[in-house]
Parts: sequence; C-alpha cells; structure tokens
Amino acid sequence: MKTLREYKVVGRLLPSAKNPAPPLYRMRIFAPNHVVAKSRFWYFVSQLRKMKKASGEIVYCGLVHEKSPLKVKNFGIWLRYDSRSGTHNMYREYRDLTTSGAVTQCYRDMGARHRARAHAIQIMKVQIIPANKCRRPAIKQFHVTELYRAALQQKHIRRFQRCAKLRLSQVRRTFWCLSVAAKILTCCGWLLRCSFWLLGLLVQVKPGT
Amino acid sequence: YYYSVFKRFVEIGRVAFVAFGPYEGKLVAIVDVIDQNRALVDGPCTGVKRQALPFKCLQLTDYVIKVPHSARQKYVRRAWEKAEINKKWEESSWAKKIEARKKRATMSDFDRYKVMTAKKMRNKIIKHEVKKLQKAAAQKKA
Repeated sequence: MKTLREYKVVGRLLPSAKNPAPPLYRMRIFAPNHVVAKSRFWYFVSQLRKMKKASGEIVYCGLVHEKSPLKVKNFGIWLRYDSRSGTHNMYREYRDLTTSGAVTQCYRDMGARHRARAHAIQIMKVQIIPANKCRRPAIKQFHVTELYRAALQQKHIRRFQRCAKLRLSQVRRTFWCLSVAAKILTCCGWLLRCSFWLLGLLVQVKPGT
Repeated sequence: YYYSVFKRFVEIGRVAFVAFGPYEGKLVAIVDVIDQNRALVDGPCTGVKRQALPFKCLQLTDYVIKVPHSARQKYVRRAWEKAEINKKWEESSWAKKIEARKKRATMSDFDRYKVMTAKKMRNKIIKHEVKKLQKAAAQKKA
C-alpha cells in the first residue's frame, strides 16, 4: 500500500548584498516523493514568509525514517482543511506504527469522512501523544488500561483451490466485540470470569429494604 | 452473569495462525493491537519478523503466551519457548490436518494406488469383523 513519506526540507532565500546570510527555514513535509516534497515546501513557505522558489533555494531535502517503527504510537494531528463552505481547523487522533503511516491514515480518513481532497488539506502539526493525553474515545479504547478481549468471529472461511499449488483462504467477515465491563486490572482470563460470576451473584442478591 | 459464544479472543500473547499472505502457514503471537484492523505481531520462533498484520489474515489458535504488551522480541521468544508452542502446534489436529492436505496434494499415482490398496485391506478386515458380530448376534436371537 502506498504511504506518504516524511521529508525534512530546509530552505532559505538566496543570499544578496542586502541579506548576505538569510535565515534557514525547516519544514516537515509529508509527500509521496521528494519532488512533491520540495514543491509543497515552497507552497507552504510562500504562504508564511516572503520567500518563493524563484528567489530562494532548497538547502536540504531528505527522507526522515521512523525512529521506532515497531512500537505502536498514538498520533495527534492538527490540520486545516477547506470544506465546501469554508475552511476549518481540526484535531484528529490516529494509532499507527509510523508518523507517515498516521498522516496517510489522516488523508484517507479526511477523504472518507469529509470528502476533503488532499490539495485542500494542510497538516499543521503531527505529534506523538502519550496514552493519557489522548482525547478521542475511538483511540482510547485500544489502550491497555483495562483488559479487553475481542472476539474474532470468522463467519465463513472459504477455501479456494484454483490449482494444486495455490491455496487461498479468506476470512469472510470479522466481528469485533469489546468487553466494556472488564474494568479490572488483571492479566488472567480465569480471574476475569470469576469476577463476573461474583458480579452475577451480587446482582441476584438484591439489597434488602 | 456473562457468558460468551466465543472461546478464542484477540489478546496480548494470543498465538495466531497466518492464513494468507507472505507468511502463510506460520504461527505468530499478537504483541499489541494497533487499531480495529491491525495487530502488531511477532513470530521469533517461526521466522516472522515483528510487524503489523491485519486481523483478516490471522486465525486464532488455542494457545496464549504470557507476555506483557509491546514486549521485546527477546521476551516473546522466551515466553514462546517456555510454553513450547511449536511442539504443541505440531501435535495439534489442526497442524496434522494441514500436513495431511499437503501430502495429499503432492501424491503421485503410485501413492494413490498404495492408499487405495491400504484402504481396501482395512475395509476388508472391518467388514470381516462386522460380519462375525452380526452372525453372533443373529445366532443369539435364534
């Protein structure tokens, strides 16, 4: 699957007699390749500073690799997008292994939920959020603060045997159940079941009047 | 009282069988859940690098290893070897059925002939015994 890549782009105005040492500006750009990254750099920088491609130069444009691609992280993404009737700010949260993966998810999500095309979206800030600072319930439900068990219901497994070599098995449907009442910090499944049994007992024995 | 139709749950440490994809046929442990569709999965003893796999290609097994969430590969390997998952898997009927299917798929005509004659011999013996028991039962009635 094609994901965006994170680029670090550093650029400055061309040095002139009036301005012999112009300041460097760095941006984090999420783009499919370095050509688009440089283009987006100029797009943003000319919005923010009096600098354009004709009067400036890109000093550095390099790919940024993910520091911990095997750790699941919560990303908070601040963005600005144009809808049909106006432009709005948004804060969205995603769970992913890499920053560029989260930003790609964001673009797809914005397209799906708000019909916002990529050209109408500006990513303002991407930050890794610790679990306790997450605001969205859809992201918080995956935090291991409570023991959750999910049932992977395989409704129908169909095996295709096209030829003797190829064997393809597909899961028809998955079903995700969350045990919402399991707010008990244990690691053992049987303890969980015991506690639920106890709860059942408590419910039966109604408090006396 | 809470009871569930489901017996195998997606949980940290659950061993899953990869049904399709580049790691088809291998066992992995679910180390963390990324979101609704993906799990961070690791199979140090089965040759699967730590990565995100979609739940769609995972089939849950009965085995769970004791591992804290997002544990390093070293600890997943340790827990896997302690629980002897590979040995348990080889002995399970699931793995045996897969093995049998593979064997059947690579049978030559001679192998099929051998199977046919073996089946014939077995059925002959069974029918012989059945006939004896039927005869004995009929004689008892008379």
